[in-house]
Amino acid sequence: MFNNPVLTFIQLMNGISLGMNLFIIAAGLTLILGVLRVLNFAHGAFYMMGGYICFSLVGLFAGLPGGFWLAVVGSAIALAAFAWVVETTMLRHLYDRDHLYQLLFTFALVMIISDLVRFNWGTNVLSVSLPNGFRGATDLGISFYPTYRLLLTGMGIFVAISMWYFVNKTRAGRFVRAARQDREMLESLGINVGRVYMLVFVAGSALAGLGGALAAPAVSLAPGMDAEIIVQCFIIVIIGGLGSLGGAFVGALMLGLLKSFGVMLIPNFEIVLIYLMMVIVLMFRPWGLLGKPEAK
Amino acid sequence: MTLLDVSGIHTSYGISEVLFGISIRVEDGECVGLLGRNGVGKSTTMRSINGLTPPSKGSVKWKDKEVAGKRTYDIAKSGVGFVPEDRRVFPELTVWENLDIARRSRGKANEWDEAKVYALFPELETFKDRKGGYLSGGQQQMLTIARSLMGNPDILLLDEPSEGLAPLVVDKLQEQIATLKDQGLSILLAEQNLNFVLDLSDRVYILEKGEVKFEGTPEDVRSQPELVKRYLTV
Ligand SMILES: Nc1ncnc2c1ncn2[C@@H]1O[C@H](COP(=O)(O)OP(=O)(O)O)[C@@H](O)[C@H]1O
Ligand SMILES: [Mg+2]
Repeated sequence: MFNNPVLTFIQLMNGISLGMNLFIIAAGLTLILGVLRVLNFAHGAFYMMGGYICFSLVGLFAGLPGGFWLAVVGSAIALAAFAWVVETTMLRHLYDRDHLYQLLFTFALVMIISDLVRFNWGTNVLSVSLPNGFRGATDLGISFYPTYRLLLTGMGIFVAISMWYFVNKTRAGRFVRAARQDREMLESLGINVGRVYMLVFVAGSALAGLGGALAAPAVSLAPGMDAEIIVQCFIIVIIGGLGSLGGAFVGALMLGLLKSFGVMLIPNFEIVLIYLMMVIVLMFRPWGLLGKPEAK
Repeated sequence: MTLLDVSGIHTSYGISEVLFGISIRVEDGECVGLLGRNGVGKSTTMRSINGLTPPSKGSVKWKDKEVAGKRTYDIAKSGVGFVPEDRRVFPELTVWENLDIARRSRGKANEWDEAKVYALFPELETFKDRKGGYLSGGQQQMLTIARSLMGNPDILLLDEPSEGLAPLVVDKLQEQIATLKDQGLSILLAEQNLNFVLDLSDRVYILEKGEVKFEGTPEDVRSQPELVKRYLTV
């Protein structure tokens, strides 16, 4: 297969594009995990909601110029609002409890969202059409490539750079990093860390919504689509290192590439390669590629 | 004027009570020492004052307002600076970033800024781009104090600042804390290093098993070796 350069190139681009879409979702998950120490099982369900809400908003905004883009932004905002309600009414009361409570709670959310989606959108497969201007293919020299997938890649890179800048170069980002390192100490310096947590949860969830909305035209929407994504996000976060954004970027890229080339090598069994990759990474770096060994 | 008036506080960790009616006060501009062996409740007293471990009984009056039960960040914003034991710099943040996140104007005359804390602790300027985790113990201690100063507090709760530092570093630190005191900052200083605390303090309290056993001046302590033997030497 590698003796066909065009095919190889296309699979490479597919892998990157898939990886960048996964990164947007996994970045939110790892951000929440790193700062709040909450493993949000419902993150994949948030992604699914993003996709479905995008579907409905595209219908609502049909005819408006840039309707699709409004729908994408709307989906991210909807997930932010949803996450705000979840955090302020429920999740924040569980931070001081055993991790088991948080797991059970986010798992309950998965069930609830899953039913809500079935109830509201039904069980038929839905699809969102590609936005104007991104329906065709772009000539990349070696071959033509679907323009929308290029856009997905660009969006992932844009999100990565923005997040890197925010976390490392802004004062709000410094609060986020400090909250990750020592909550009590930050609180003692006069910072309302509870609000930092809330904002991180809202922002991380908005990323899931954004990822779902952007993926909507490239995948088919069906109940259950959250399960596959959450498993992949967990693998990305484990490979990259818990809480590491750079790690999520590398992990997402590796997973995307492995999936796209794995399909060529052993169709239908590419998931085996992915688990294999995780095992290998964990054998040599149990704390992930860019993670740090737990101090305590 | 009494700045901080702690009276009869009881504080527990879970079901184990560790403070049994502690009462201490700090007047404006005073440096007050808290003495006692390991585990008598010095740190818990400080955590009770700034709300990290709120007392279950008793009162903490800060500038005549009850703050027991208030949130830690609100207490901090009202001028209570906390310099915890074992320092707790943010290890992944640079010296400069550690200072920056603590920056808070409280509308006072002559507020602290980076240049001023660097003037007091010149080493910090040298290492301002180094991560907190890579500093020496003495530098970390200076950074925690400097970090608290950036919030322009009216009192510093200083928990065992000399712990684990080399004698020369301790001497320098003592001078720096004395400078802060001369500038009018009130300080509550928990220490096991007797000379350090007696040199700096106007008054001292000696704690044992979560109770105040003695209150007096540094001279009182120096003139009563049996006090030291009974409550302080290991
Ligand atoms: N986080 C904690 N959980 C349970 N017990 C604690 C905790 N911190 C301190 N203690 C206990 O409270 C008592 C007072 O401790 P502490 O205030 O740290 O004393 P000191 O600062 O004088 O050494 C000790 O018996 C200690 O074991
Ligand atoms: Mg202590």
